[in-house]
Amino acid sequence: MKTHPGDPEPLPYEPSVELQRAQEERLRRAWTTPKGWRYWSEVNNTHVGLWYVATAFIFLLFGGVLALLMRIQLAVPDNGFLSAETYNQVFTVHGSVMMFLFAIPIFEAVAVIFLPQMLGARDLPFPRLSAFGYWCFLLGGVFLCGSIFFDAAPRGGWFMYPPLTSSYQPGIGADIWLLGFSFIEIAAIAAAVELIVGVLKCRPPGMRINLIPLYCWYVLVAGAMVIFAFPPLIAGSMLLELERAFGWPFFDPRGGGDPLLWQHLFWLFGHPEVYIIFLPSVALVAMMVPTFARVPIVGYGWIVLSAVGTGFLSFGLWVHHMFTTGLPGISLGLFSAASEAVAIPTGVQLFCFIATLAAGRMTQSVPMLFTLGGLAIFVLGGLTGVMVALASFDFQAHDTFFVVGHLHYVLIGGAIFPIIAAVYYFFPLVQGKQLSEKLGKAAFWTMFVGFNVAFLPMHLSGMRGMPRRVFTYPSHLGLDGLNLASTIGAFILAAGFAIVAWDIIRPKRRQPISERNPWGAGTLEWLPKMPPEPWGVRSIPEIDSRYPLWDQPDFVRHVDEGRFYLPDADEVTRETLVTTAIDAKPEQCLQLGGPTFVTLWAALTLGGFFIFGTWHQWWPALISLIAAVGVIWYWMWTGTALIPKKPTKDVGLGMTLPLYESGSKSVGWWAMFITMLADFTAFVSLVFGYFFYWTIHEDFPPRPTPGPGVLWPGVAAGLLLGAWVLTLLARHWNSRDQAGWFYVGLSGAALLGVAGGAALLAGPWITGLDPKTGVYPATVWVLVAWTVFHVAVGLLMQLYCLARRWAGRMTARHDIDIRNVALYWHFLTLTVVLTVGVVAGFPLVK
Amino acid sequence: MQITAISERLAGFRIAQVRANGCAVAACLAAGCRGRQSALDPAGRGAEEIADLFWWMTGGACVIWAGVVALTVYAIRFRPVARRGHWAAMLIIGGGAVLPTVVLAGLLIYGLALLPRLLARAPEGSMKILVTGEQWWWRVHYQPTVGTPVALANEIRLPVGEPVEFELESQDVIHSFWIPSLGGKMDMIPGRRTRLALHPTRTGVFRGVCAEYCGAAHALMAFDVVVLEKEEFARWLNAQRLPAAEPVGSSAALGRERFFANGCAACHTIRGTAARGIVGPDLTHVGSRRMLGAGHVPNDPGGFIRWIEKTDRVKPGVHMPHFGMLPRDELDALAAYLESLQ
Repeated sequence: MKTHPGDPEPLPYEPSVELQRAQEERLRRAWTTPKGWRYWSEVNNTHVGLWYVATAFIFLLFGGVLALLMRIQLAVPDNGFLSAETYNQVFTVHGSVMMFLFAIPIFEAVAVIFLPQMLGARDLPFPRLSAFGYWCFLLGGVFLCGSIFFDAAPRGGWFMYPPLTSSYQPGIGADIWLLGFSFIEIAAIAAAVELIVGVLKCRPPGMRINLIPLYCWYVLVAGAMVIFAFPPLIAGSMLLELERAFGWPFFDPRGGGDPLLWQHLFWLFGHPEVYIIFLPSVALVAMMVPTFARVPIVGYGWIVLSAVGTGFLSFGLWVHHMFTTGLPGISLGLFSAASEAVAIPTGVQLFCFIATLAAGRMTQSVPMLFTLGGLAIFVLGGLTGVMVALASFDFQAHDTFFVVGHLHYVLIGGAIFPIIAAVYYFFPLVQGKQLSEKLGKAAFWTMFVGFNVAFLPMHLSGMRGMPRRVFTYPSHLGLDGLNLASTIGAFILAAGFAIVAWDIIRPKRRQPISERNPWGAGTLEWLPKMPPEPWGVRSIPEIDSRYPLWDQPDFVRHVDEGRFYLPDADEVTRETLVTTAIDAKPEQCLQLGGPTFVTLWAALTLGGFFIFGTWHQWWPALISLIAAVGVIWYWMWTGTALIPKKPTKDVGLGMTLPLYESGSKSVGWWAMFITMLADFTAFVSLVFGYFFYWTIHEDFPPRPTPGPGVLWPGVAAGLLLGAWVLTLLARHWNSRDQAGWFYVGLSGAALLGVAGGAALLAGPWITGLDPKTGVYPATVWVLVAWTVFHVAVGLLMQLYCLARRWAGRMTARHDIDIRNVALYWHFLTLTVVLTVGVVAGFPLVK
Repeated sequence: MQITAISERLAGFRIAQVRANGCAVAACLAAGCRGRQSALDPAGRGAEEIADLFWWMTGGACVIWAGVVALTVYAIRFRPVARRGHWAAMLIIGGGAVLPTVVLAGLLIYGLALLPRLLARAPEGSMKILVTGEQWWWRVHYQPTVGTPVALANEIRLPVGEPVEFELESQDVIHSFWIPSLGGKMDMIPGRRTRLALHPTRTGVFRGVCAEYCGAAHALMAFDVVVLEKEEFARWLNAQRLPAAEPVGSSAALGRERFFANGCAACHTIRGTAARGIVGPDLTHVGSRRMLGAGHVPNDPGGFIRWIEKTDRVKPGVHMPHFGMLPRDELDALAAYLESLQ
C-alpha cells in the first residue's frame, strides 16, 4: 500500500471518543451554515454548488419550453402560432440558454459540488469566488431570459452573425446578448480558474497526478479550454458592441470591416465549447462505469491522453463551421481532416468504457441505463458528425435540419443523458435519499423514445431541403410528416424530463435515509455519512490508490475516526490542505473565507455595469463599475492574503505546515497566472483581428499610415517598461523589508504607469485617428484602449499594495499581494510590447 | 501497365458506384426522398456526387453504429476482458484507434477527392449569373456569353447540360444561396464575392432557398429554379431581354397609370417605361414568373392583390410598404397590369 517510504500511516490508534466528539463539534461550528436570510451569504461549495446546479436545471427547463414552442410552430406548414419575430427570438434564446446558461454552468456547478469531495478537500481554494461566479450567473441569466417576456430578446441566433446583428437589428436585443453573456463568460472563467487550481493544489496527500479520479482530469482539460476558448468570444463581443454602440466598423464592409472576422472569433470559441460541454459529461461516465462494473477503469492512461488530445484538437476545427463561406479548397481539406481526426480520441474513450464493462460484472441501475442509452445516441451523433465534418457533404448539409439533428444527438446523447445518469447516481450525496428506480426507468424510456422520434426525422428533413432557423415552411415539399413526427417526439421527450423533475422535487420525508456509499463506489466523494455533514471530509486522508474505498484497508473507519490530517478545527476556521501540483506533497494549511454577502454585492455592481451598458446608459454604467471596484477592493482587503495569527499549524500525524505561503506556492498566484492566460488570450484575439484585416486588405495599414506614429507609442513603451521594472524592484525591496525604498519604487512605478498610459493614448489622439471612419483607426484604438485599461487596473493594484503595506497587512514575509501584482505586470508588459509593436512597429515593416 | 490497372480498378469502382447508386435510388424512392428541394433527388452534377457520398456514409454509419451497440451488449453479457485480459488493449487500440483511422482515411480520400470538382469554376465561356441577396429577395443579373446582360429577380432559369457560374454578393446581411437539387450552397457575404458553379443534368422545376439566417423573413426567402432545354432557355432569355409589353385592355392601362401614381416606380424598374427604381425587384416580366414575393405567393391576380394589400403580413419585416389603403378596383387594375407583364 505504501509507495513512498516515510509517508505517514494513519494514526495507529483510535482517538478517544470524547476527543472525536469535541473535534466534530469544532468542525461543525467552523463549517456551520448561516440560518435565515443569512443563508444566502454561504460560500461553501456544497451549498453554492447546489444553487448552481438547481439554477442551471431551471434554465434547462426554460430552454426546453422554448423548444416546445418552436416545435408547435413547426408542427404543420404555414403555421401562425408564433410570429416570425417571436420565433426568431425564441430560437435565439433557446440556443443561447442551452449553451451559456445550462451546458457550461452545469459542468462548473457539478464540479463545484463534487470536485472537493473527490479530492478529499473541505472546499475549493476560493469559496467566495465560486459564490461570486454563481451570483453573476444568476443575475445575467435572469436578465437574459427575462428579456423575452418584454419582446426585447436577442434575435440574431446564438451565433450572432454581423452585419445582421450590428446594423440591421436595432433595439436592445443584441446588446443584451453581447453584454449579458460577456458578463456570464467572465464568471465562467472565474469558476474555471478556481476548478483548475482546485485540481492542481487541493488534493489529499499522496494523490499524485496519476492517481486523481478521471473526473478531475476532465475538469483540468475542460477548465483549460474555458480559459482559452471564451476570451476570443469576449473579444469579439467587445468589437461587435463597439460597432453597435459607437459605430466602429469592425464587421461593416462599408468601413473596411469584414463579417468573417466575427465568424472566426465566434467559432474559435464555439467549437471548443462543444467539447467543454461534452468532456465533463464523459467525465461523469468515467466515474460511474467503474462503480457499476465493479472494476477499476480500464485504460486510465489512454483516457487521459484522449481527453487532453481532444482538448487540443478542438481548437483546430473551428473552420468546419465556415465551410460554405467561400474559403479556398486547401483550408476546407485541412479542416475536414482535422475534424475527422477528433473521432479517434473520442473513439478511444468510448472503447475504454466498453472494455471496462467487459472486464467487470455490470449491475443494472438507472444511472447505467441513462449512460448506455446516452452512448448509443451519442455514437450516432458522432457518426453524423463524421459526415458533416467532410466539407464535400457539408456543402449540402450545412445550416439544414440535418445539422440540427446531428448536434442534438451529440449534445443530448453526449451530455444530457450522462448528466441525468449522474443526477440519479449522486443524488444521495445531496439529500441523503435515493431517487426512485421505477420513475427513473420510466423517465429513461420516455426520453429515449421521445428523443429519437423527435430528432431522427430531422436528418431527413434537412436532406430534403429544410434550412435551419426557419419559422415556417411551405407544405408541398414533403416536410410535413417529418416535422409532425419531430413535434410529437419533442413532447414525449419533455414528458420524460417532467418525470425526472418530479422524481427530484417529490417529497421524500417518509423515504428511509440512503445507506452510506449506496452504489459501492471506490472514490473519495462517497466517504460522507448519510445525510452528509457540512465539513465535507472528516479527516483528509492519505491516498495511494485510484479507488481508496476499495483498496485501502479500513479506510472509511480511519477517516471517520479522524486518524488522518486536519481532523480538528482548533481555531474554528474553515481550512483545507494545499499540496504540490504533481506529487501532492502537503505544502500549506489554507484558511478559507467564510460566509459573506460581499460576493453578492460584487456581482450586483459588476452586473450593473453590463446591464446599464445594454441601454447605453454609460454614466450609470460607469458609476456601477466604480462601485464594483470599491466592493472588490473591500473583498480583497478584508478577505484575502490575511496574515495568520500564528505562522504554522500542526495538521496531525506529526506534520506541521505553514498557514501562509506566497509566490508560486500560494493558490492566489496560480489563480492570477491562469486568469492572465485567459486575459492575454483575449488580447491576442484582438491582435489576430489586426492581422486578419492585413491579410484581406491591400491597404492595411494604409499608406501613408495616418497614425499613431512611432513617437508616442515608443514613449509609452519606455515609460511602461520603466513602471514594470520599478514594480519588480519594489517587490524586491519589500522582501528585504526596505519599506522606504518600497514606497518610493512603487509610487514611482504608478506615476510612470499614469504617464505611460497617457502617452499611449496620445499616439492615436494627436494623429487624429477617428475610429468611426474606418477599420484601421478602429483597430488601433481598440488595441490601445485595451492596453490602457489594463494599465489602469495595474495602477489600482499598485495603489492597493502601497495601502496594504501602509496598513501593516503586507510585510516582507507576507507578500502575496505584491508578488501577484508583479505577476500581473509581467503579462501587462507583454501586452504593452505587443501593442506598441503592432500599432507603431508593423506599419514600418510593411 | 500500371495506369491500365488503375483505370481498370477505377472502372470497377465506377460500376460499384453505379450499382450503389441503383440501390440508393431504390432506397431513396422507398424512403420518399423525392422533392424539388431535396438534396437526395439530384438534378445536377454536384448534387449527384454529394448524394452518392451521403448514401455511402449513411450505410457505413449504420453498420458502425450497429457494430458498436452489438459490441457493447456482448461486452456486458459475456465479459470477454474479465476472461482474457489482453482483450482490453485490443478493444481500445483496435476499436478506438485503428478502426477509426482506417475508416476515416478511406472516407477522407473519397470525400476530399470530390472537393476539386465541387469547387471548380465553370469552364471559360460559360454563362455567368450574378445573384445578389437582399432582405428578403434575390436580385438576378444574367451575363450570357452572347447577347446583352439582363436584370431579373426571384427566379432563375437554366439550360440543361450546361455549366453555369453564379457570382454571389449581398447588399445587406449574410445570405446563403442554395439549390439542393443542383448542388451545395454558398454564402453571400457583404463586402465579398463568392462563386458557385452548377451543372444541371435534367429539366424540371426546382426550388432554391436562403440557408443562412438573415432576419425576420429568412424562412420566406426562396426562388424557383426552372431547368429548360437549351432552345427553350434561349427563347425565354430573349423574351426576358425585351422591354415590357404595352398594356392591353382598359384595366391593365389603368393599372399602369396607378402604378406610377402610387409611386411604385421609385423602387421598381419596368424596362420600356419611366419606372427605373432600383431598390426593389425588377418587374419588367413579373407576370411570367411562377411565384411572387420571393417564392411564396402564387403568381395570379389574387396573389398580386394579396401581396400589394398585405405585404407586411405575407412577409414579416418586408421593406416594401403595404398598399392596403388602395380601393379594390385600383388593386384589381394594378394586378391586371402586373399580370400582363409577361
